[in-house]
Amino acid sequence: MGNLEIKLKVDASGLSCPLPILRAAQGIKTVASGELIEVVATDAGSVKDFAAWASSTGNALVEQDSANGKFRFVLRRK
Amino acid sequence: MTAIATAPDAQAATDGAVKTKKLVIVDYSGELEKTWATLILASTAGAMEMETSVFITFWGLQTFVKDKKRITGENWMQKMMSFMQRPGVSHRKLSKMNFMGMGPWMMFKLAKKYNVASPKDLLEMAQAVGVKFIPCQMTMDMFGIKGSDLIDGLEEPVGAATALQLMTEADSTLFI
Repeated sequence: MGNLEIKLKVDASGLSCPLPILRAAQGIKTVASGELIEVVATDAGSVKDFAAWASSTGNALVEQDSANGKFRFVLRRK
Repeated sequence: MTAIATAPDAQAATDGAVKTKKLVIVDYSGELEKTWATLILASTAGAMEMETSVFITFWGLQTFVKDKKRITGENWMQKMMSFMQRPGVSHRKLSKMNFMGMGPWMMFKLAKKYNVASPKDLLEMAQAVGVKFIPCQMTMDMFGIKGSDLIDGLEEPVGAATALQLMTEADSTLFI
């Protein structure tokens, strides 16, 4: 977990594809380059989708974990 | 990730150097489920920072007529055509199981229950992430649809040659 400073938390729980990605894309634009955002989603497809989104945009997927049906992603803006 | 640092497209990206991918979607059919797929892919591609263009032609153009516009066209045939297929992103029909509007009604109910964004919301999100929607001039002429009948924020209308140029320069093209 480390002591990463999260600048913005985006709660995409309950939202279906592609809304978690769209919310993340909106959210990451509000922080500066190098800063972190955290996204929480319940869409099971989001695990692969966030990896694809990170690799396509160049934003880094720094950390991810899941618990109780929730998926958490920490992303660093490029 | 394949880093192509020398590509001019990649210069906008600072540390995570990623080549900008290009996607073209030809929005042809105008049916509810296909419009939905088009707008899911277009909005997500925009969010993935792909350069995304949607060429809107034939029945697809009806989706981009303002929801509140009921009849378009100059002559009786064009007016009749628009009367028979209510224009607007919120009035698409299913290609199967339409049942006089029962099918779409159930689709929208289910979408709401499972927090699936509506085509109208997805269209707004796609426009917000810079997806270009390009109307087909020939379709506009044939159906008598004027620029003022269409929603705001669309590109200038073009023809088949421009559409083909976009398609051949794209990394991927979809015809929906």
